[in-house]
Amino acid sequence: MRVTFSANGKPVEADDVWEGESLLYVLRERVGLPGSKNACEQGECGSCTVYLDGVPVCSCLVAAGQVQGREVRTVEGLAGQDGELGLVQQAFVDAGAVQCGFCTPGLLVQTDALLAADPQPSDTDIREALSGNLCRCTGYEKIMDAVRLASARKCSVEGVAK
Amino acid sequence: MTARTIQGQKNLQKINQASKDGIGGSPLRPDGTLKVKGEFAYSSDMWHEDMLWGTALRSPHPRANILSVDVSEALKVPGVYAVLTHEDIPGEKYYGLEIADQPALAIDKVRYHGEAIALVAADHPETARRAVKKIKVEYEVLTPITTEEQCLDPETHGYVHEPHEYRSHAYGNICHEQKLVSGLGVTDEVRALADVVVSGEYEVGMQDQAFLGPESGLAVPAEDGGVDLYIATQWLHVDRQQMAPVLDLPLEKVRLTLAGVGGAFGGREDLSMQIHACLLALHTGKPVKIVYARDESFFGHVHRHPAKMRYEHGATRDGKLVFADCRIVLDGGAYASASPAVVGNAASLGHGPYVIPNVRMHAIALYSNNPSCGAMRGFGAVQAAFGYESQLDKLAEALGMDPVELRQLNAVTQGDLMPTGQPIDAPAPVAELLQRVKDMPLPPPLDLEHLDVRTLPGALSNTSHGEGIVRGVGYSVGIKNVGFSEGFDDYSTARVRLEVIGGEPVAMVHTAMAEVGQGGVTVHAQIARTELGVEQVTIHPANTEVGSAGSTSASRQTYMTGGAVKLAAEAVRHELLERGRHRYGWRQDDLSLVGGKVVSASAGVLIPIVDLLGDDAIEQTREHHHRPTVPFDKETGQGFGHVQYTFCANRAVVDVDVELGLVKVVELTAVQDVGKALNPLSVVGQIQGGCTQALGLAVMEEIVVKDGKVRNASFTDYLIPTILDTPPIPVQILELPDPHAPYGLRGVGEAPTVSATPSIVAAIRQATGKALNRIPVRPEHLTDTL
Repeated sequence: MRVTFSANGKPVEADDVWEGESLLYVLRERVGLPGSKNACEQGECGSCTVYLDGVPVCSCLVAAGQVQGREVRTVEGLAGQDGELGLVQQAFVDAGAVQCGFCTPGLLVQTDALLAADPQPSDTDIREALSGNLCRCTGYEKIMDAVRLASARKCSVEGVAK
Repeated sequence: MTARTIQGQKNLQKINQASKDGIGGSPLRPDGTLKVKGEFAYSSDMWHEDMLWGTALRSPHPRANILSVDVSEALKVPGVYAVLTHEDIPGEKYYGLEIADQPALAIDKVRYHGEAIALVAADHPETARRAVKKIKVEYEVLTPITTEEQCLDPETHGYVHEPHEYRSHAYGNICHEQKLVSGLGVTDEVRALADVVVSGEYEVGMQDQAFLGPESGLAVPAEDGGVDLYIATQWLHVDRQQMAPVLDLPLEKVRLTLAGVGGAFGGREDLSMQIHACLLALHTGKPVKIVYARDESFFGHVHRHPAKMRYEHGATRDGKLVFADCRIVLDGGAYASASPAVVGNAASLGHGPYVIPNVRMHAIALYSNNPSCGAMRGFGAVQAAFGYESQLDKLAEALGMDPVELRQLNAVTQGDLMPTGQPIDAPAPVAELLQRVKDMPLPPPLDLEHLDVRTLPGALSNTSHGEGIVRGVGYSVGIKNVGFSEGFDDYSTARVRLEVIGGEPVAMVHTAMAEVGQGGVTVHAQIARTELGVEQVTIHPANTEVGSAGSTSASRQTYMTGGAVKLAAEAVRHELLERGRHRYGWRQDDLSLVGGKVVSASAGVLIPIVDLLGDDAIEQTREHHHRPTVPFDKETGQGFGHVQYTFCANRAVVDVDVELGLVKVVELTAVQDVGKALNPLSVVGQIQGGCTQALGLAVMEEIVVKDGKVRNASFTDYLIPTILDTPPIPVQILELPDPHAPYGLRGVGEAPTVSATPSIVAAIRQATGKALNRIPVRPEHLTDTL
């Protein structure tokens, strides 16, 4: 089948898609967006998290056909038009929250969604929001630092009272 | 290669930061920006427009004779290009890290659940999976050999490798053993010297490395008849060394380039899909990509050895250790992998960082029909640490002593002898580490008045509002060797080039080091900046075009490849300065390179590097070998077997819901001596990550194997700690330089994984009063509902 949808604001089209293919497979292997990662392909690790119509989902659990005509935003879409890192991306780099980095794309999307909903989450809120994203390298401490840093910068930029 | 495959080259990163980002600073990762943009090319991201997908047929039985394999139906599936069995292997059929006992594809029998029997290459991964299901295999299913008793009685239960089989040996089902005796050993007379004796039996479950990036890679057949493999691995050269004879190719025709690695932790030390992808590529003449699904990853790599241990410790009434007696039985599974070296570590480190006058040890690894076990972070020291630290707590209780004081009273220090007779000839601040971890502030006590139930055991499941929650605190310390031991001539190679690019002096560092996430690329750039006084450093992609870097394991890469980069950079500096001396007649011997200039301490700035170099480039390649070690004596375990020791101490605070048996680690504190922190940010990250894997082993992680069959090969059923399971991990680092190591550094990555598990179990014991002799501790152990 042919699937057409919007990926990071651009129209994309994939031909000869087998009905069983996931959105993750289509993104990674057919439309040249390998940023979303394939760690478990079972919805357990969160590495493949993307926005689907503005809602974070595990793209491995979305059948390709389900995205027909819809909007997908991946980690590749978090940077600015000029390639400048987004606020959450920069915070992960600055905090040393990236080691092997395989979990990073999913964590970035999930963190982006968290801070959009709540720019000043408590530590427990952060842990709850990111509990679906496994990381095997960092021990999560620096990920916590990164989210706190992103939160502080976001609040500073947007003038949210501390 | 298409543009997208070349994407791997993007991993070549220019580091353009100030030279304050030399050693001791914490410059950011050179690959960090690519990784947060989703542009870093991991091995599973490799792509070629003409590529096929490979997959393997795996055995559903842990032990069976293969009576026949019929691939004819699989070959008829449209889109299938090849179906291969061991008969299609052109060269040697067996390989292995230490003992070549593993067939690249099963021959006549299978020895573990999930062993690869046949390969398929097809135009779509689903086509390949469907074709695999059409391969018909007739098995004669045999009763698997899975327990210690069965393994040690081959006359009754049989052999995993029959004595007449290829690569079999004289030991029956014992893969390797190591004994150790020091002092008077452990005799009745020695026992009589102790006022208090405690003993215990301990068990460690099978842990998995569970790196997130699945085994994957792309094999591209080359015009010269060779093959290029883009691969996630820990050691490019040892992969090639095992692969080439199987592919029947000379080494130089098997070229490996490191693709992005999504974690390793020992699980990529053995081959997984390397040979398989290359066989399919060479057979079809097309590029072949293999990406394991998570279940295949659990079947496709070795795990941490499960262990059964028996310990006996004796001490005087005032707490001085008199003797320790230990037997450690490691289940190595179907193939040897790194089992011999793991046994050596368990035996030589198995009594912990303590001075014990009389010691006896017997460590063995068994062949069984369970999954193969090999390298995992902590490598034999982890299992033993759970045993000896449990014993120290038990002894403290029997003596009525504080467990930290008992440890400090017996702690090794510089100048002491290990039970192997090896003197500790570098700082060993074990007592100080314990004191520091004890002195760090405790988290506030549980406050039922102002409680967020999400922080309790059971967390989001809302299973408690504070009732039935008991807090406990536990301490532990551990010891780990750094680098390869027992006489292995461990070395690493680095090539450093200095040239002028765009009017700036730029250093290029080329090694075959596998960057698996640990941050070696950052550290190499820091070393080059420090030694050459430049700001810009380019890290060349790791490949087999430069000499071996050895393995990214054993906490050795900063020591070994970092040391090689240092040597090569020093050689470049020497050549540059010699050029200056020759050209300008400099007489000073106090020259150094700082801020892009040649500087004399007495005469000031002499010349910018750019002007001295001109259009020339200086390139030097150096190998770094560590000081020699010797194998342990087989019977006595004596010998200077280890290059360096590293120590970490932990304190765990836990809350336990004693009604439901749920554990929440509230805080896990670590203090570690790192000799010299080349990059403090990375060092702390390694320690926190290591502690978290230890937490996993303590309370949740286990590959459940029943009658040789794996029951939980998925992230649904094999649980690793989430951010909710993981507490704050405050870290303090000590920097007591090791006089034998480059910059005085000490390997960092493994020590916390060795030491942290026992502290968590100790804390749970303190909270519950349960004996807890098995890890992972499960709810049923705490509620007596086994």
